[in-house]
Amino acid sequence: MQRKWEEFFIEKSLFIAAISSIIIIFLILAFIWGEGLPAIDAVGFFNFIFGTEWSPSHDLYGVLPMIVGSLYITGLSLLFAVPLSLCCAIFLAEIAPSNMRKILKPTIQALAGIPSVIYGFFGLIVLVPVIREQFGGSGFSILTASLILTVMILPTITSIAEDAIRSIPHEYKEASFGLGATQWQTIKNVLIPAAIPGIITAIILGLGRAIGETMAVIMVAGNVAKIPNSIFDPARALTANIALEMGYAQGLHYNALFATGIVLFFLIVILLVVTNYIHYKKGVTIGGGYL
Amino acid sequence: MNLRFISPKISQKIMKSVFWAAGFLAILILLIIVGYILIMGLPAFSLEFILGDPIDSGAEGGILPMIVSTIYVTLIAVIVATPLGVLAAVYIEEYAGEGKIVKTIRFGAETLASIPSIVFGLFGLAFFVVFLGLGWCVLSGGLTLALMALPTIMRASEVSIQAVPRSYREGSLAIGATKWQTVYKVVLPAALPGITTGIILGMARAIEETAAILYTVGAALTIPESIFDPARPLPLHLYILATEGISLENAFGTAAALIIILLGITIVTNIMVERYIKRMMGR
Repeated sequence: MQRKWEEFFIEKSLFIAAISSIIIIFLILAFIWGEGLPAIDAVGFFNFIFGTEWSPSHDLYGVLPMIVGSLYITGLSLLFAVPLSLCCAIFLAEIAPSNMRKILKPTIQALAGIPSVIYGFFGLIVLVPVIREQFGGSGFSILTASLILTVMILPTITSIAEDAIRSIPHEYKEASFGLGATQWQTIKNVLIPAAIPGIITAIILGLGRAIGETMAVIMVAGNVAKIPNSIFDPARALTANIALEMGYAQGLHYNALFATGIVLFFLIVILLVVTNYIHYKKGVTIGGGYL
Repeated sequence: MNLRFISPKISQKIMKSVFWAAGFLAILILLIIVGYILIMGLPAFSLEFILGDPIDSGAEGGILPMIVSTIYVTLIAVIVATPLGVLAAVYIEEYAGEGKIVKTIRFGAETLASIPSIVFGLFGLAFFVVFLGLGWCVLSGGLTLALMALPTIMRASEVSIQAVPRSYREGSLAIGATKWQTVYKVVLPAALPGITTGIILGMARAIEETAAILYTVGAALTIPESIFDPARPLPLHLYILATEGISLENAFGTAAALIIILLGITIVTNIMVERYIKRMMGR
């Protein structure tokens, strides 16, 4: 009888540990929400989201420049990263001989393991001067941030896309080869179409990582809170907005930065819902492929 | 790329070289970044740099307090996140079965893993620093990092518990062990190498993180004497040195220290995983 109670007690404790991540998410939501909502209330929802002026000294809080900045930087980095990562993924899954794979796999892992502040530092010291010399301006720009982010999201997209390509049944490939197709024809006409749900998932996860990145972007993007006109202009991302000003923010300004956090949180939740929808619709299993 | 008018043989050749080029490019990028930081950083490296106190906000002197701070916050993160993550994985794999609860918990962990680190930083500031009144200190920073390490440790534990053969559990249950005894004495020891890998990965995440500790851990330049003292872990130190233009030489030195620590961790995990796989295959 005592043993039964013991087992019951253990199971309940394990359950509490299991739901801890859900409790944490609710706590995060409650606190970000609680601190951010007063700002959205005071400024007005539309003025906050679509306002083009961010000037805390004049009590103007419009996050549109940061939303546009984040989207520009993320979009451009995807434009660079997606082709490169997919080529790496196909190379790893189909083409690379095993000794090459033994080098490239850990390389991708190591790229994922380099701290974001080091990417930012490298960008600041090496890439910013190069961009300044090549394209003029200060060198702090959307382009610079996108190039750094490209390297940072390469491992995410590559490893998930590689898993997706690898999980395609062998028969598909053999049938294609049997019809006399070359390796590239097989990749293009059979493997990529079959792996497309997994590839899309990989891209969305890379996108999420790029939107959420703070340190690397802050160090190379220039952080001007104005809607940029070209990719050579400096821009400020949502994440950077929070990190730059939190140190001295007071009152409504403090709340407005939490409200920026709410916007960021929602962007990520939308991406998660989309991934889960694809996951559910197409039965893609992403092997622990977190953002 | 439209290669329809090119013969299949030639397009095959072209694309094959494109894929090879992509692979080489990835390797080249890693070599350039790591090589550059190490070459520029190693001259700053010396015993005095590693074991010395920073002088003049880090413009001179060493990084000992930052190394100690990094160890402190990482230890707190791992000590808090490991039991939660492992026990959660035990519940999902051994007790819950497949159902709505498990799906919800998994979605929760996935969401937690995808929240941007700066949002964790905001939460840490609002909850640990202000609401719980801990202030800017090692404990606030460590707890914030624990939340970030939790999904990593949980996922790795889940996978390694899943990999324990069913026969192990059946054998244990057959000789009269309870479910918990089976988990505790049979399943967890068998899954230990995988769980350890997960803990190391969680540790790596805590060591490299900057945005989440920016407004939770403070920025003190001295060795923290207790977990309620402010501190300055390595990545934060690097950020401050680089962006405030304090000392480029010491920034490179700090960056090199970080890279060496994290690459060391990557190599150790890889060796561990390889050994683990060999052992499992050998059976």
